[in-house]
Amino acid sequence: MSIDIKDIIKPENLVYQKSSLLTDRVMHYCPGCTHGVVNRVIAEVIEELGIQEDTIGVAPVGCSVLMYNYIEVDWHEAAHGRAPAVGTGIKRLMPNKYVFTYQGDGDLAAIGTAETIHACNRGENMVMVFINNGIYGMTGGQMAPTTLQGMKASTCPFGRDIERDGNPLRMTEIVATLPGTCYVTRHAAHTAAAVRKLKKALLKAFDNQKNNKGTSFIEVVSTCNSGWKMTPVQSNKWMEAHMFPFYPLGDIKDV
Amino acid sequence: MAKIRGAIVVDNVTCKGCSLCVASCPTDVIRLADEVNAKGYNYAYMHQPEACIGCANCAMVCPDSCITVYKVKLAETV
Ligand SMILES: Cc1ncc(C[n+]2csc(CCOP(=O)(O)OP(=O)(O)O)c2C)c(N)n1
Ligand code: SF4
Ligand code: SF4
Repeated sequence: MSIDIKDIIKPENLVYQKSSLLTDRVMHYCPGCTHGVVNRVIAEVIEELGIQEDTIGVAPVGCSVLMYNYIEVDWHEAAHGRAPAVGTGIKRLMPNKYVFTYQGDGDLAAIGTAETIHACNRGENMVMVFINNGIYGMTGGQMAPTTLQGMKASTCPFGRDIERDGNPLRMTEIVATLPGTCYVTRHAAHTAAAVRKLKKALLKAFDNQKNNKGTSFIEVVSTCNSGWKMTPVQSNKWMEAHMFPFYPLGDIKDV
Repeated sequence: MAKIRGAIVVDNVTCKGCSLCVASCPTDVIRLADEVNAKGYNYAYMHQPEACIGCANCAMVCPDSCITVYKVKLAETV
């Protein structure tokens, strides 16, 4: 039996459309950037929970610095690395609001290491999203604490050398050891299945906040195809082959 | 047996031609056009519309929320 395309494309047959919380602005991210997918999923989660009016996001410095242009909630922009400190202040002043921070690895795991660790150790009741693409994307692909051994970056063109540059940092495993975190998990957003799992994790993290459980920390192993100098599809394959063995996906802590 | 048919609508003005949707489609529905949009990107389109099952895998991986997905169940006449 055949059916015409125009008879399928009807409101009653709709299964997926862009979240109403996303603005009409075209995202400034490079084609295929993981930031776009994660921004979108966060919007979908806030929409699904019906907490738009009560949510405050804290945007970072890095490629996602303009994230406040894309999701229709209240926002605060933090100085580089300081999102967890700013989020702490907001949540303590307005404990009935849902607060989330969103940071890259240069932001969360380099300049902001102290703020990250102390917010998690204090168990600030908020959701922290950590985009780990292994480099400083915005400033030209420099080596980050998260850059893998042997991985090329603009400041280590022959690959990260452990002798010279030290070991890559697994921030997520570190915060899982802290008593203040209630939920620590590592995800990706490169396949439809991974995106669906990420969405579930975010739903759970916001639910933890509702129940005053402490800090929920979600890492998303990500690509920066421009910085990595690969196509988006190649970047996803490279991430699976090289990032996942060092940054394995799954729950690290769930109390 | 019911048969599933799907369809997608790509916003080809905002599509950046990243090809992630092409790689994620289990039934090889999507291709990038030879033509470019105003931003210079080869935008995605339904190359094999009859193969679409409306699973929304493409929409899940699109960083720019360009894809709307529809699905119908057809009662097959034997
Ligand atoms: C105090 C301060 N130091 C340095 C910078 C320069 N700077 C801007 S973005 C950035 C790194 C961003 O990398 P990351 O957090 O990994 O985010 P990405 O761009 O990869 O998403 C740096 C060092 C700054 N803006 N402010
Ligand atoms: S995933 Fe989105 S932006 Fe990328 S080619 Fe497909 S429709 Fe265009
Ligand atoms: S809905 Fe599924 S089958 Fe249809 S184009 Fe998208 S990925 Fe392919």
